Amino acid sequence: MSWLTQTLSSSIGKKLIMALTGLFLCTFLIVHMIGNLQLFKSDEGLAFNTYTVFMTTNPFIKTISYGLYAFILIHAFDGLYLAYINQKARAKKYAKVNNQSTWASRNMGILGTVLLVYLVVHMGDFWYEYKFGHLPFKEYTIDLSEGTIIDTRQMPDGFMLNSKIEERLSDDNKSKTVIVKDLYQEAESSFANPLLVLFYILGMAAVSFHLVHGFRSAWQTLGANHPKYNPLFNFLGVWLFAIIIPIAFAAMPVYFFLKQL
Amino acid sequence: MSLTLKVWRQKNKDSEGSLETYALEGISPDMSFLEMFDVLNEQLIHENKEPIAFDHDCREGICGSCSMHINGRPHGPLTGVATCQLHMRSFSDGDTIVVEPWRAVAFPVMKDLVVDRSSFDRIISAGGFVSVNTGNARDANSLPVPKENADEAFMAAACIGCGACVAACKNASAMLFTSAKISQLALLPQGQAERKLRAEKMVAQMDSEGFGACTNTGACSAECPKEISMENIARMNREYLGAKLTSSRV
Ligand code: SF4
Ligand code: FES
Repeated sequence: MSWLTQTLSSSIGKKLIMALTGLFLCTFLIVHMIGNLQLFKSDEGLAFNTYTVFMTTNPFIKTISYGLYAFILIHAFDGLYLAYINQKARAKKYAKVNNQSTWASRNMGILGTVLLVYLVVHMGDFWYEYKFGHLPFKEYTIDLSEGTIIDTRQMPDGFMLNSKIEERLSDDNKSKTVIVKDLYQEAESSFANPLLVLFYILGMAAVSFHLVHGFRSAWQTLGANHPKYNPLFNFLGVWLFAIIIPIAFAAMPVYFFLKQL
Repeated sequence: MSLTLKVWRQKNKDSEGSLETYALEGISPDMSFLEMFDVLNEQLIHENKEPIAFDHDCREGICGSCSMHINGRPHGPLTGVATCQLHMRSFSDGDTIVVEPWRAVAFPVMKDLVVDRSSFDRIISAGGFVSVNTGNARDANSLPVPKENADEAFMAAACIGCGACVAACKNASAMLFTSAKISQLALLPQGQAERKLRAEKMVAQMDSEGFGACTNTGACSAECPKEISMENIARMNREYLGAKLTSSRV
């Protein structure tokens, strides 16, 4: 075994992989959340739909997203493998246990599995639909001097474009029309279903518990346990990753659901 | 005090074992937990029964041999205390106390509450030492050690090798122990010559013994009778990964 495979297959090496992929997924969550905040704009989805086109066509972002899919899989499989090794290390269980650790820290494997299921459903709902499904197109007419949307129109069924977006200036140069794949509409119709909304809320609860331990834990694994930086790790782990991000994400399905009541 | 004890009894390494229930009367709250076991064993001997095997030596919290999982916690309900330093006043009259051996594949049960902790010895033999001929004590001022390093090294060196960290960890991980042993030498000038090799070899030995991998739950540090800090595990990770990346061994 070369020194590198030896390192990565050691207990600390496997943990290193968990920490690095995990922290990458954490940064992804920040970007994903900020981008998706555009769902709350009352522009019938124009900003969100245009942003989606950018995120799925920009070569730099596309490269990163392939990395992201790979990291999700590596994180999941390495985690499951570690969980398997770890439970094998205690064959005979105690008759009585009185734990002195947090619930989240003891259940990262279960929380992670819930998240994996969540991800499959979530990607099926939106990523798959966007890439392979037949999403409708929507046309926005925008007044250029005011920057306001003056008209929107759902394109008829079966309407196709060669690209995901098409922009055209009007003849008098006063307005432009944008025709774009309408993922916003897909979110709207999906989240009319209260069961799916509930599922998303539970998914975000799992994110919260997974990250309240995971973020801090990743730094510990990387060897960063230092009185100067621990307050920052704790603050980000709790406030950003376990509170703000899950709540912001959970607010999205709830918002669509309430909007349609 | 009257107590009900449920104690793990196991004939030998290969037998099944089970929890046996014993009633005890007239226990003084000032007895140590091990003295209470001595009383129980006297009672068993009088009844012509096999006394309970348990490890103990110094009975003053420094040797690390007393290893009992008491009511779900290694070394019982107090923090920073080994089983031998636990007193019956920490329990109430009429209590039922469950006593089990450390549970880990790397710590096989030999008999009753006695486990084989030689896996720890093998981790130490892999590198937890300084191979210099000590000779005469040299002048202390010729080898300056910053006060903070000396303090940190001392805190890590307080580890008594009891194995409670493994017993408490849901993954039966030995990282708190191993990291304390790596840390105490990494922090001192005497440990520098073998610093990288030590980290590589001790971690490799730890892995090969079948301990789990740490998930940073912190149960180890919470149960450690010497309150060894998780900072040591972070240091071990730095030492190990740094050594792997930079040592000359390929
Ligand atoms: S680190 Fe603490 S619990 Fe683990 S062996 Fe050392 S003294 Fe015992
Ligand atoms: S008997 Fe020595 S530490 Fe308890």
